[in-house]
Amino acid sequence: MTSPAPLVLGIESSCDETGVGIVRGTELLANTVSSSMDEHVRFGGVIPEIASRAHLDAFVPTLQEALSTAGVTLDDVDALAVTSGPGLSGALMVGVAAAKAVALATGKPLYAINHLVAHVGVGVLDGGTLPSSLGALLVSGGHTEILRVNSLASDIELLGATIDDAAGEAYDKVARLLGLGYPGGPVIDRLAREGDAKAIRFPRGLTLPKFLGTAEAPGKHRYDFSFSGLKTAVARCVEQYQARGEEVPVADIAASFQEAVVDVVTKKAVMACTEQGLENLLLGGGVAANSRLRELLAARCASAGINLRIPPMGLCTDNGAMVAALAAQLVMNGVRPTGIGFSADSGQPVSQISL
Amino acid sequence: MLILAIDTSATASAALLKTRSPGSAAQLLASFHTEETNTHSEVLAPGIQGLLAESGSSGGDIDAIVVGVGPGPFTGLRVGIATARALGFAWGTPVHGAVSLDALAYDVMVDNSSSSVDDHEFTVAIDARRKELYWARYADDGTLLDGPHVGAAETLPSGPVHGAGAGMYADRLDAAGANVVERFADRQPSAASLGAWALRILGAGGKLLPTTPLYLRESDAKVPAQMKGAPAS
Repeated sequence: MTSPAPLVLGIESSCDETGVGIVRGTELLANTVSSSMDEHVRFGGVIPEIASRAHLDAFVPTLQEALSTAGVTLDDVDALAVTSGPGLSGALMVGVAAAKAVALATGKPLYAINHLVAHVGVGVLDGGTLPSSLGALLVSGGHTEILRVNSLASDIELLGATIDDAAGEAYDKVARLLGLGYPGGPVIDRLAREGDAKAIRFPRGLTLPKFLGTAEAPGKHRYDFSFSGLKTAVARCVEQYQARGEEVPVADIAASFQEAVVDVVTKKAVMACTEQGLENLLLGGGVAANSRLRELLAARCASAGINLRIPPMGLCTDNGAMVAALAAQLVMNGVRPTGIGFSADSGQPVSQISL
Repeated sequence: MLILAIDTSATASAALLKTRSPGSAAQLLASFHTEETNTHSEVLAPGIQGLLAESGSSGGDIDAIVVGVGPGPFTGLRVGIATARALGFAWGTPVHGAVSLDALAYDVMVDNSSSSVDDHEFTVAIDARRKELYWARYADDGTLLDGPHVGAAETLPSGPVHGAGAGMYADRLDAAGANVVERFADRQPSAASLGAWALRILGAGGKLLPTTPLYLRESDAKVPAQMKGAPAS
């Protein structure tokens, strides 16, 4: 594969979005996404079996639409790519089986791609080559991670991650507690604007000195997150109002909860960049849509002299274009394709950019 | 007519079969199967690739794909259906579905026609996990009479029961008035038999099914109490 700008088709099915994206090098040609989100609403969160069933039925129509949007055929494609993990195993396996079948039918090389690194790799579709000295903050319903990107194609390091719930998951659970429905992110973000973010002081997870340590002698969880205690604190708070027979101040709780999440996420991301000497930060994941996260992260990055890069929202949420974009980088860097014998890996570490 | 048959309702299997003219006997060109029930996603695509190489066929030679639509454990079942649909799309080949238990029923019919046993009706059963079976009842000409169903061993009708599901619950089936047919007590649905069965139906001018999976069970999701009740405020 010596093509300077390979035509790559990427497939994503790690959670509730069936995505097929097509790129030529760093140029986006198609980004078709079919979501089963509406089917999860009544459960207040993603139900893996429902997501897997939806992927099976969405795959071929999504593929067809992406090809037609890009104006290309499978014959034109230079390489195929699919998310192999991390993600929900049953959901991953639908995309993986379909991708292997397309590779088998067309004889095209197949890359098994890391979902988290793809959230970083998508950056090349908006503004081209990623800067050196780069960190990445990924915040979504399934992930909350800080990465150091030494080389997009060959060297990614995990600096910190949630030890329990993902930030977006905490939003969904709190929205459920407050009777706000699913997904929790947009509705809490909207309500928070009407509330007082200082009304209730909710805990910032893993910020005690024993977890943080110092830059020279970092504690065990200096760059890690925890949102499970925060969710419980919100539940206790709601119960106390109810026990007293008082009206629950939903907007104040939403604002105070959001502030607790966003404060700790932005503080740790900026701290990691500063201490690790990273001059640039890329934000990815569905929670990148949150207005307070964008606002506070932009302010704190500016104060610390860090350049912040946020891809357009359609590329921040789960999609196939990010899988294609990262695979195109691998192709251009001469990384060998994976083949069709691999297993999906629900816990694929970020250090494994492709299998 | 050349068909590719795939089944992942229990073990993973695939087969290439050919008939010279509609209704003539199916010739098995190549087949592959696993003993495992949890490696479908890894082995199926390489297995099919091997069949094509072994028989010297290419995708363009295949006239139709037939895939077992279950019932079977969800994740594995989807691997077969996703594979069949994606192959069909990429090759531009029609994809049909068939009840996976029909593959076992076909094996029973072939066996009965060469033996003196005269079972007018019979049941086939495979493992449905959670201490239950996927089962269906057939007439001796292979007509599906009842099912497919999912349920405990005790819910099966009396009479002979064939298939790996029968072997797993021999004592309980026996106690419930059904009898396990020993030589079929570890038999799983195979793509080779599913393909032969499908060719017979197509040869007789019959129609196969769409590729909609037969899950027979809901997704197990429960609506959380907080979603059912009134908002907290």
